[in-house]
Order: sequence, then structure tokens, then C-alpha cells
Amino acid sequence: MILEFERPIRDLEERIAELHRLAGPSAGLQAEISRLEGALDAAKRRIYSNLSPYERVQVARHPDRPNFRAYRDELSVDFYELSGDRSYGDDPAVRGGFARLERGGHNVILLGHDKGGDTKSRVKGNFGMAHPEGYRKVKRLYELAGRFGLPIVVLVDTPGAYAGRTGEERGQAWAISADLMALAKAPVPVISVIIGEGGSGGALAMCAADYVGMLENSYLSVIAPEACASIIFRDPGRAAEAAEALKVTARDLKQHGIVDEILPEPLGGAHKQPKTAIREVGDALDRVISGLSDADPGALIEARHERYRRIGTHAAADGV
Amino acid sequence: MDAGFTKCEKCGQPIYEKDLLARFNVCPHCEFHYPLPAPERIRLLTDAGSFEENDRGMTAGDPLGFEGYGERLARARQRTGLADAVVSGVGKIGSSPVALAVMDFRFIGGSMGSVVGERVARTIENAYAEELPLVVVSASGGARMFEGVYSLMQMAKTSVALTRYVDGSWPYVSVLTDPTFGGVTASFATAADVVIAEPGARIGFAGARVIEQTTKEKLPEGFQTAEFQRDHGMVDRIVHRLALKGDLERLLGFVS
Repeated sequence: MILEFERPIRDLEERIAELHRLAGPSAGLQAEISRLEGALDAAKRRIYSNLSPYERVQVARHPDRPNFRAYRDELSVDFYELSGDRSYGDDPAVRGGFARLERGGHNVILLGHDKGGDTKSRVKGNFGMAHPEGYRKVKRLYELAGRFGLPIVVLVDTPGAYAGRTGEERGQAWAISADLMALAKAPVPVISVIIGEGGSGGALAMCAADYVGMLENSYLSVIAPEACASIIFRDPGRAAEAAEALKVTARDLKQHGIVDEILPEPLGGAHKQPKTAIREVGDALDRVISGLSDADPGALIEARHERYRRIGTHAAADGV
Repeated sequence: MDAGFTKCEKCGQPIYEKDLLARFNVCPHCEFHYPLPAPERIRLLTDAGSFEENDRGMTAGDPLGFEGYGERLARARQRTGLADAVVSGVGKIGSSPVALAVMDFRFIGGSMGSVVGERVARTIENAYAEELPLVVVSASGGARMFEGVYSLMQMAKTSVALTRYVDGSWPYVSVLTDPTFGGVTASFATAADVVIAEPGARIGFAGARVIEQTTKEKLPEGFQTAEFQRDHGMVDRIVHRLALKGDLERLLGFVS
């Protein structure tokens, strides 16, 4: 899939391929090919380093972007999946279980939204939009992590919690609220990396953490830019403006002190060189888990409490 | 229609406005519950003269410099006489003091921004410090988009504040009124020991219109009403507005 802003890049790539084909084994067109390759390199740098917020949202949603499955397979030497919420069913939109990470050999509870690998699994996983049973499975795993003293590692990648009849019938809001409460009192390090989409409450239920990292082209937003545009600007066509206004990018959120770290992606986005992006996340996880491994459970909870308690901008009449 | 009369949106019967006010916005013919401004709700629930407001005058910042937010705030303040979408403090319900926060749907749809999050969190902390029961009455369309991720983070803020309180032995009672949705239901409003809802109130995560637009599903009659939520196991009791004070007094009699 080619994103709109990638067209100049694709055009250059096609022209270079065409020249190679025309030139065959002869070196006749080499000067022109070299010139275009230089132009291609410059175009990539120019385009990819100046992505608008909405273009980053599109990169974050790219179907080829490495998702939970790729990270799980690449970063863990053993993943022992656990299923089900013990009251309704198992939701394939989120997965989790015990994992041993290759970097550092850490035993953790690894969780993430699963957007699936092909059309069939994408549909089965509801494109990473979890139902209440998914959020209840997540809560079960948060609590298991607490009992066994294992760090909670979450890879966030969801357009949002599922907004539909079945989700409402089974208490979507109740399930998310219970996850937030469970995270607030987890006596173990909670480490979250937004690897793609961070859609609203469905993302927050899995990233109210001690460490929040964001891949360079991921986003975190209270509402999808398209929905914000139709509600506030009464025009879904103004999604790009909404993405700008909502301040959803890793850079914005780092500036506002909401997230801890921006993890760089390969030029053009994680889907261009998935292994490089995954390694970047793996290194960060090892570093953060090692740094928090001796933390006192009470101090962790206290620090997490302080962190989220102070976020906000309000002015009190009495100056307090 | 004559001056002083209005027509019920639900049953179409004429209502004498004074009757509607005296019945705290409940239709005298069909018992339909209209939204109730926070000051009226406080008058309904607390013993006369017992309510003392905390953090009055706390006002919102505009952290993202969002187009049009400043004007919306100014208009809402002028229209409601409130500083933001919540009024909080301590009042007596049947002579026992409770920490109370009441949301007001008239103020930008009762949306939760930094002020709502902060005042709800302070109400919870005050209840904890003073060993008081906690009552929160919600009415909200959800997050306040104009504050972007700051509004999302108020869900985390109120949740961390609540965890300590609900580990204690004082009750948290949440009252859900029409409408309560989004970030408010997905955080403090549903994390209570007892969840009460008003008859017919629409309560949920995503609004019915959004669901119909995105999933093209036809939603059943009574979808997301208080009665629907009770039947699905999400709400403990449905209580008529004019019986709410007495109901809370009974409940508090068991647990405080």
C-alpha cells in the first residue's frame, strides 16, 4: 500500500526501475540512474522527516506496519499464551501471557492488541478493537503479574475499544474502568510502548504506566482525528487539521510531558525495516525493565499515582 | 402555548413550568426525567443549607490552544453560572456528611477536562482524608476533546485517586443520569461499590449514533437505557429522582 505523500518516492523508484530495464547490461544510462537515485534519497529524507501529524497517523495505521505478532515473535524466546476472561470468552483482539524476552532474559507478562497478520486474522481480531472480554482478560493478566512479581509489558496498537452493540451489552466502559483501577494498584513495573495506534480509552486501559514509550510515528489521541473533525469542525474532511489540533504525535506528547521517550523509526516508517524498529523497542524494554527491577512495589505504586494525579491544566481561584 | 407552560418532549402533555421545577425536572404526567442542573441536584440531595462547595472557581486552561475552546468556555460559564462541568463539596444527606461531586450536562455536554478530573479527584481525596462516604452524580458526553490527551488522562487521574479510597471501608456510590458516556463511564463513574441510575437514563461507552454510523447495526429498542444496563448486570438499582435522597439515606444507613 502506498500512502498519498509517498507518491513522489514511488514515482522516482518506478523511473529508476524502468531505466534499469531499458539499459539492460549496458552502462549507458548510469549517469541518469545515479542522478535519480540521488533525487530519491533526497525525496525520502525531505518527505519522511517532515510528516504532518495526520500523515504520521496514516503511517501508524499502515497495514504492513509490524504489529504485536512481529514483536512477540522477534523479542521473546518463549511466549506462553493465556486466554479468556473466565466469564464470557476469549477475545483475540488482545493477547497476552508469560514471556521471556531475548534481550536481558527478563520474565514478564507480555500483552498487546493484535491487529492480525492477514485478512482472516485481522477480521478475527476485529482490527485490534477489543471487546469487554478482552479488557477483562487483560485485567486477569495484570493481577497475575502482580501475584508473581513479573513486570507488565504492554504493546499498544488499537484504533480504540470496540464501539458496537455487543461491546455495550457486555459493559465496555465497566471493563476499561476496571483495567485502569487494576493498573493503578499493580505492585510491579508497568511498561508500555505505543507501537502504532493509541486510540482513546481502549489504549489508555493499557498504557497508564510507569514508563510510556512511543515509536516516532505512533499516535495517542482522545478521539480519532476523523471523528473529532466531524464533531468539532462538522466536516470529516478536516481530519488533518484535527490531528494537528489534538497534538497526537510522539513529539507533541513528549513535549507535554505525557510520555517518557520517543523511539526512532527507520526512514519512512517501521514498515520499511521492521526488524530495526522492533530491535529499537526491544532495547528500550531491556533498559527500562533492568532500571525498574529493584523498585519497591509501594514506591512504584506511589510514583505512578503521583504521575497521573498531576496531569492537567487548571487554575484555582485560590491559587492552590 | 400560554406563558408559564411548556410541552413535555416525551408525552406531549402541557406542563406548568412551576410544576416541572418543583418536581426537579421530572414530567408530572409521564415521569420522564429531564437533565437537572448541578445546583438543583445538590438542592435535591442535600439537607437544606448543609452543602459547602470546595474548589469553587477552579477554571480550565487551554493546554493545546484549541480553536474555539476559549469562546466555548466563556459561553458555557455565562449560560450556566458555573466555572466548569462539575460542582463539588461536602453536604449532608439525611444528617450524615458526604463528599459530593455533581456533573452538569449544560456545561459543554458535561465533558471531562482537567477541571472535572481535578475536582473529582480532590473530592475523592477529601472523602478519604475526612473518612466520608463518597457520592458522585454523573452526566457527561465523555472526554472534552478540546483538551486532547489531557482530557484522556483525567481517566487515569480519577482512577489513581479512587484506588486508595475503595480499599478503605467507606462507600462510594455512583449515580448515573441522562446521559453518561465515554471517558466518564470508562473511569470513575462505574468503579463504584454501588451504581444507581435514573429511569430511562442513557448510559454507555460509545453513543448510539456513533455505533449506528460505524457498524451499520440496527440497535434494539431501549438500547443503553438504565434498564438495559441493569438487565445486563451493570447497574445495581434504578431509582426515581424524587426518591433518590431517601434511597441514598437508606443505603448510607447500612454502610457508614
